[in-house]
Amino acid sequence: MKTREIAETGLLITLAMVLSYVESLIPAFVAIPGIKVGLANIVVVYALYRLDFKHAFLISLLRVLLSALLFGTVLTLAYSAAGAFLSLVGMSILKRTGLFGTTAVSVSGAVLHNLGQIAVAAALLGTGALFYYLPFLIISGVVTGVVIGLVSAMLIRRVGKGREDCNGSD
Amino acid sequence: MKDKVRGKSTVSRDIVLILALAVVGLGLLLAMQLGGRAGAYAVVELEGSEIARYPLDCDGVFVLNGGTNTLEILGGKARMLHAECPDKLCVKMGWVRFSGQSLVCLPERISVRIVGGRSSVDVVN
Repeated sequence: MKTREIAETGLLITLAMVLSYVESLIPAFVAIPGIKVGLANIVVVYALYRLDFKHAFLISLLRVLLSALLFGTVLTLAYSAAGAFLSLVGMSILKRTGLFGTTAVSVSGAVLHNLGQIAVAAALLGTGALFYYLPFLIISGVVTGVVIGLVSAMLIRRVGKGREDCNGSD
Repeated sequence: MKDKVRGKSTVSRDIVLILALAVVGLGLLLAMQLGGRAGAYAVVELEGSEIARYPLDCDGVFVLNGGTNTLEILGGKARMLHAECPDKLCVKMGWVRFSGQSLVCLPERISVRIVGGRSSVDVVN
């Protein structure tokens, strides 16, 4: 990794963690386990488009690991790791088809994140009771995914500007 | 910019995919609401194995799992009255009454599922 990449990846991991923390301060607005805005996903979507899958994966993995260590439990680590992994793989595949834009990629990521979480939670709990929340989780994934996708698209368009100039100067 | 050209051409496909997912979610929700019929029992599960079963037609307050959670049954509905976990999501879920509905407390690994129903007494489900 080039120094610039290390610095940028580190910065993005920090940003994702800050967003995770900010989100943990917002009280749950619906009484359904797993429903979140997913602010940290802005960083992952940005990394997927501006950097590559490898960097996005690294950022997502470390974000989940560090956030669970700092603000969560071993259980939340299992849920969020499964959700984050499924979400990132799904987004990457969808992005690679070249058929869809940032918003659709982000929405699929949000829905897959919720599906991964609920599947692991159901497996750990050994009960199908959680699948009652599946429709709510899909709908919330669509809504939050659109918001996150639009914000990410704006960032990808604007933050990228000037990168070439920076590269040229060093 | 390349991105902009590509972004424009994907907008309609994006909308189709997003709407498709929304329809799946709403469809599942509708199917569950329409299929909702009053349940007969509240089944309490700890890590997936049944630890208690309370009929919904007997009102009462029940201490679960050695006191981590308290279940209230009143007039055919059930709710989590109290939970020791910090997020209290299961308490905020409120009342459940239809077969298939559930109250889940992830931190305590306890779940309450509504099963059975008037019309399902002689139907295997």
